[in-house]
Amino acid sequence: MTQLHITDTADGHSDHDEAHHGPAKGLRRWLFTTNHKDIGTMYLLFSLTMFFVGGGMAMVIRAELFQPGLQLVEPNFFNQMTTMHGLVMIFGAVMPSFVGLANWMIPMMIGAPDMALPRMNNWSFWILPFAFVLMLSSLFMPGGGPNFGWTFYAPLSTTYSPDSTALFVFAVHIMGISSIMGAINVIVTIWNLRAPGMTWMKLPLFCWTWLITAFLLIAVMPVLAGAVTMVLTDKYFGTSFFEAAGGGDPVMFQHIFWFFGHPEVYIMILPSFGIISAIIPTFSRKPLFGYASMVYATASIAGLSFLVWAHHMFTVGMPVAAELFFMYCTMLISVPTGVKVFNWVATMWRGSLSFEVPMLFALAFIVLFTIGGFSGLMLAITPADFQYHDTYFVVAHFHYVLVTGAIFSVLAAVYYWLPKWTGHMFNERLAKWHFWCSVISVNVLFFPMHFLGLGGMPRRIPDYSLQFADINALVSIGGFAFGLSQLIFVVVLIRCIRGGLTAPASPWEGAHGLEWTVPSPAPYHTFSTSPEIEGNGSR
Amino acid sequence: MGVRVKPIILLLSLLATLPARAQARLNMTEGVTDISQKVYGLHMTILIICAIIGLLVFGVMFWAIIHHRKSKGARAAQFHESTKVEILWTLIPFVILIAMAVPATRTLVAMEDASESDLTVQITGSQWKWHYRYFDEGVEFYSLLATLPQQIQGRVAKGDNYLLEVDYPLVLPTDRKIRFLITSDDVIHSWWMPAFAVKKDAIPGFINEAWTRINQPGLYRGQCAELCGKDHGFMPIVVDARSPEEFDGWLAQLRTEQAEAKAAEQQLVAMEMTRDELMQLGEQVYQRSCAACHQANGEGIPGAFPALKGSELVLNDRAAHIDIVLYGKAGTAMQSFDKQLALKELAAVITYERNAWGNDTGDLVQPGDIDQARQGQ
Repeated sequence: MTQLHITDTADGHSDHDEAHHGPAKGLRRWLFTTNHKDIGTMYLLFSLTMFFVGGGMAMVIRAELFQPGLQLVEPNFFNQMTTMHGLVMIFGAVMPSFVGLANWMIPMMIGAPDMALPRMNNWSFWILPFAFVLMLSSLFMPGGGPNFGWTFYAPLSTTYSPDSTALFVFAVHIMGISSIMGAINVIVTIWNLRAPGMTWMKLPLFCWTWLITAFLLIAVMPVLAGAVTMVLTDKYFGTSFFEAAGGGDPVMFQHIFWFFGHPEVYIMILPSFGIISAIIPTFSRKPLFGYASMVYATASIAGLSFLVWAHHMFTVGMPVAAELFFMYCTMLISVPTGVKVFNWVATMWRGSLSFEVPMLFALAFIVLFTIGGFSGLMLAITPADFQYHDTYFVVAHFHYVLVTGAIFSVLAAVYYWLPKWTGHMFNERLAKWHFWCSVISVNVLFFPMHFLGLGGMPRRIPDYSLQFADINALVSIGGFAFGLSQLIFVVVLIRCIRGGLTAPASPWEGAHGLEWTVPSPAPYHTFSTSPEIEGNGSR
Repeated sequence: MGVRVKPIILLLSLLATLPARAQARLNMTEGVTDISQKVYGLHMTILIICAIIGLLVFGVMFWAIIHHRKSKGARAAQFHESTKVEILWTLIPFVILIAMAVPATRTLVAMEDASESDLTVQITGSQWKWHYRYFDEGVEFYSLLATLPQQIQGRVAKGDNYLLEVDYPLVLPTDRKIRFLITSDDVIHSWWMPAFAVKKDAIPGFINEAWTRINQPGLYRGQCAELCGKDHGFMPIVVDARSPEEFDGWLAQLRTEQAEAKAAEQQLVAMEMTRDELMQLGEQVYQRSCAACHQANGEGIPGAFPALKGSELVLNDRAAHIDIVLYGKAGTAMQSFDKQLALKELAAVITYERNAWGNDTGDLVQPGDIDQARQGQ
């Protein structure tokens, strides 16, 4: 199996060797660090902060929707909340959490000493807080922050948007630059810094899925940058890219946006596939079923993601031929996605299963993400989409994919690797409370939304007709419960960082991979000398 | 389809485990057109297929969770691939998808064929109301939310059709093929009538086409489905479907009424209204047509909608004030009210804006002034 030579020690303070110095003291450590673990930690903490900021906005939304009528907020502020909730959760919580995991784990998984471009790594993190300060501060400007939905359809985001739109545009630019730099770093690292003997088909799936995600990011973030730039010039400099009166086309905005937006959906789920593909075999004590088909399925999902963007816009009035093309391509995506789910189930089949917290979140991921996949398949059927489109059915669908999909996978990953990061085991009992509270409340929160949508409730409305009152109250209760449940997570984290049972190098019985060969907590510098990979590698 | 799907609906209702109110709908409506019933059929078929696949996959998974656990002494097998099985579970979903794509394609092609219609209605969305125009009939009107603000603010009890009621519903005939031409005056809206399975975006500068043929008379309710700004949640759609004979009678009557109203309007030109009349009517019109943006207190929303209270334009430029209300302001959310309001209402609302909230210009704008401003253009 795996052989390596560990040359670092846990304290890493040996002053006779420049390459082995430890972290700087105080604030300087975090500001100037080029260490992948420090940067990974900052990404993860930033993402957790944004998760609560975006979550707070969700609580405002659910509180207003608890009853019919307008009680707490004005419609204009409600729209700012839905917009900001989306932007903060996507660009602030989900994406940085994956970049944080990539920073921490990819070098350790491939036997590299650090990310390939450590200074750029520092920069790509440190511009993020500025982007979000810029964007969130727009909420306090006269006229308020962005209120046109995170999809910022023109001309609502141009001619009809608040004065603060420029801040939104610049913030998105900075987030895009950060993502692109992060993606370049992942690609260069995986491409060049794999330990000798770590061939492509021995690469852990988390690295594979992140590599493919990074290519998606590089392909589509510039498209988003183009879209926001055109919004900027349309609003402030009199151009007419999306203004019919000036010869432009509002529908073109949607084509450009969703050409970014659909691959973006996969950017937020492919790394999850990698995480789940690491956790399920560990706790099944059995190798992953169909490793090669997992790689091919990920690549085909990424390829297909460029051919399905217009399924978000079936109602804009496209030619029938185009509607059919996008319907067929979208349905096709369920094939490789299905392969992945089947592979995970087959991995568990005749395994020797145990149910530690990472496994619990991974199992919940499989079931609930698949439910999100089913509603996605339903949405692909164009005639039925005419009824589902822009209703709570869609809200239910993408929250199943993003919350019980992406976020559950991140929680699974955190519990899986937390002993490696902190050197302590987390409190299993409290973590199980976190899991059960989350998994129950999240379904009370999102499952009834399917019924709201089918019953005819449009999304993004601050008030609704009386027939939706009961279900909305139930959904709001689920929402508050889910929000509160995440506080347990914070307690588990703090306690685990401060202390707890000492974690061994490999705390999980069935775990394989280079990251488990270094001590826990992982020393400040790992794999300064490359390990040699033989045999089956780390998967 | 109908018989097969009943158990599923029952199951869905149970799953919801809600104190189900009589009017709470948990599943897609079957609707009242052939198309909407086909769409419902597609929806139920794909739902059932997904449910079966889900039961199978999760069944296998939970079997493993229950029986293949370490605590029960399960020893892990070491198999990790099987080309045969992998090809099989790639091909089977593929076949299911094709089976699904065929009826979906058929329905979609039928839905997009708006040819040979008997009647054409132009639907125009604007912030935040719908405008309906019956082609070749010379009849048109606006349709606005009829729910009282007091109900929304919770000061009085909410009615049965809270937020789903309008002042003038779109009246349509049953058993005729109706073509909709859908467009917008400002941002993108979306005209959605669940009972017809029609949802089409209203896009400024472009005209979209949709059609329906209603099988049953009745009142049908829907809403704008595309985020269109602040009051997106407050622009409902109500269709009043009547038998062709009733519809023809209604149309003829409305045509006469609208022609008479137009003639009466001309007589108004010479009429002098009193200050009280103007202010009273003006306040009503203001609340209905202007307060959504400029707010009931005339202070607007800083950074989004300008204040009228103490406004330079209102206080010092009467001609410009009349002009902006009549024709709107290009490149902003200020729309044209020339066609939306009657002569009398235009005069009253401008008078109101010029004299309310301490805007004490003291001058009255009469219907004749509006008429002159129109002629001057």
